[in-house]
Amino acid sequence: MRVALFATCLGDSLFPEAVKATAILLTRLGQEVVFPPGQTCCGQMHVNTGYQADALPLVRNYAADFADESIDAVVAPSGSCVGSVRHQHGTVAEHHGTPALRERAGRAGGKTYELAEFLVDVLGVTDVGAYFPHRVTYHPTCHSLRMLRVGDKPLRLLRQVRALDLVTLPEAEQCCGFGGTFALKNSETSTAMLADKMRNITATDAEFCCAGDSSCLMHIGGGLSRLRTGVGTVHLAQILASTEQHVLAEPEVIV
Amino acid sequence: MSRAFLGLPGPPPRAPRDTGYLRGQRPFPSAAHAALEDSQQRRNLGKATGTIRDKRARMVEEVPDWERLRSAGAAIKADALARLPELLERFESAVTERGGVVHWARDAVEANEIVTRLVADRGADEVLKVKSMATQEIGLNEHLAAEGISAVETDLAELIVQLGGDRPSHILVPAIHRNRAEIRDIFLREMPGVDPDLDDDPRSLAEQARKYLRAKFMDARVAVSGANFGIADTGTLSVVESEGNGRMCLTMPETLVTVMGIEKLVPSFADLEVFLQLLPRSSTGERMNPYTSMWTGVTAGDGPREFHLVLLDNGRSATLADGVGREALRCIRCSACLNVCPVYERTGGKAYGSTYPGPIGAVLTPQLAGMHETRDDPNASLPYASSLCGACYDVCPVKIDIPSLLVELRHQHVERSRYTAEAAMMRAASLAMSSATRFTKAQRASRLGRVLGGSDGRITALPPPFAAWTSARDLPVPPRETFREWWESEQGRAAMARARREAERGEW
Repeated sequence: MRVALFATCLGDSLFPEAVKATAILLTRLGQEVVFPPGQTCCGQMHVNTGYQADALPLVRNYAADFADESIDAVVAPSGSCVGSVRHQHGTVAEHHGTPALRERAGRAGGKTYELAEFLVDVLGVTDVGAYFPHRVTYHPTCHSLRMLRVGDKPLRLLRQVRALDLVTLPEAEQCCGFGGTFALKNSETSTAMLADKMRNITATDAEFCCAGDSSCLMHIGGGLSRLRTGVGTVHLAQILASTEQHVLAEPEVIV
Repeated sequence: MSRAFLGLPGPPPRAPRDTGYLRGQRPFPSAAHAALEDSQQRRNLGKATGTIRDKRARMVEEVPDWERLRSAGAAIKADALARLPELLERFESAVTERGGVVHWARDAVEANEIVTRLVADRGADEVLKVKSMATQEIGLNEHLAAEGISAVETDLAELIVQLGGDRPSHILVPAIHRNRAEIRDIFLREMPGVDPDLDDDPRSLAEQARKYLRAKFMDARVAVSGANFGIADTGTLSVVESEGNGRMCLTMPETLVTVMGIEKLVPSFADLEVFLQLLPRSSTGERMNPYTSMWTGVTAGDGPREFHLVLLDNGRSATLADGVGREALRCIRCSACLNVCPVYERTGGKAYGSTYPGPIGAVLTPQLAGMHETRDDPNASLPYASSLCGACYDVCPVKIDIPSLLVELRHQHVERSRYTAEAAMMRAASLAMSSATRFTKAQRASRLGRVLGGSDGRITALPPPFAAWTSARDLPVPPRETFREWWESEQGRAAMARARREAERGEW
């Protein structure tokens, strides 16, 4: 398949290792991976903060980059950006754009997948040949869980990883408190949620907390780093792209 | 007051500003600040919401057609709301035919006046209350008190809140923020004729409340209730409860006054079948609630001799007028969304400043009472009091898409607000990110942020508004190379070529 990579603005700018891992993994699995260079951001921050009209140019830009028929599927290493593309772009196009944009946005959104979804549902693989000799706990991010319904797909992928010691995260389905601008506007409540998430993570004795969203990992990792817990964060894609021959040099650990 | 008619009528009015409890004193973040520091309350709430959450999950899991029940509940409510005027008139005539008296209250002020007049005309100076959200919303107890009438809450948790001079913090369990030691102290301090040796065993506390309330039930002449459901076809009203104290109030006094929000209507008797399954499992985590009372008008020789129904608008028509926001009117006040909400669990209900706290409150309150009514209206902060985690939508028995409503209300707030620094930043971000050329320039500029990271690549302090982030979290410095730079680089090309070779050789 011809798979277009959607790096997401955060992945492209701040957490490129997760995107590199996605590109390498999909290629290794036999996909033709392309990177449409016009891509930028899904506009979720604008929509979720109330700036729907300002999201319109971003929705238009996404549709222009990914609706093209030469692209079979779009894959992003982020449940929340994919959630925005699939569930919000239509609304923005309808309220502020044209019927033609709505149609294009629908076409682009309809073939956009979160990484674990794409691997399990579209490619039909759970064993991607990965090797990651560490103790890891998995945090299911809210939008992947409740907007995309990825369910246990990420866990099914992780269970096949060689040498991985996967430990269950208590109260895993509770939000980490990120919520985009929520973390700024309601910083104290967000921090209270983060504190409980970190308590559950450190209780597992894991070396890494893994998730499918760099944004949530930035939040969790930011807290783990501040408290010098010594626990790192790593994107699901980085674990899945890691092999015995090419153990990924540096997962994005801030310890 | 008369007004000249100048064309189309304006939009329906919101709930009045100065009467009732649909607006707090402070915006949510500042109200939450105090709540987050209350360790006792944090502990009480964490324990209580966790327990109800687990009970609900178990009760829902055993129902094979739960999702279909939810869809039915949503559809019945949506249908009723779509033809509310017609159903309300049918309801009014059915109630009247059966000997009830219907009063229409445009808002809290009118409803309070109607109820007070009814009580005063009967010469009563005390009324018994069935647990009711609508009468809390309009501040009825306080209004009655000002007119020399005392209202006695008979729901155990409401009684605890009333005796403690406190505000409710939960729709179903208004004293959820209290533990049993605190409740014992309140009883010892405030309950006339209390046993001075009262201990904090829940059984002893309930027994003490029972003794206190029994005497009240025997003497009461007027009771005031809310309603969980009104049935348009038959004029029947229904209250569901656990304790039986509501049943006492609904049957023993001579006069019953019910205040019902107009959105509580369902079309027909058969519709109750759906809601009587959805509501108890969602709210208390029980298969069915111990007491379901239904009454239609008055019946000679059985129950109250007089029945008055006050139909309350108080911003509901204004909510109904919003094509997106009206979904919130489906709410059956089960409080499942409160119990799963990570924000509510930590801040408690009082931080929302409204009779309706938690996720549903955050979408209902700003619609009933407005969020642009005062300068820096505290209600405008409510749609932002959520991380949009979506747990509320998953448990809602009538499928209210609360996260989408929150986002819609944020949108409405931004549209109505003056141009702020935030709006300027959002506009700038939109401009920068709507073209890859501008975006890559911005990426290069943000790399200057590497200097903020010190020797270990950790940013620990940023200026406002990002200081709110670094107050509790570090941030990694921007990487030396963005993804798109790597993709175009020699190293990137080599890595991709290697991955292609691995694919060809099936090496993975």
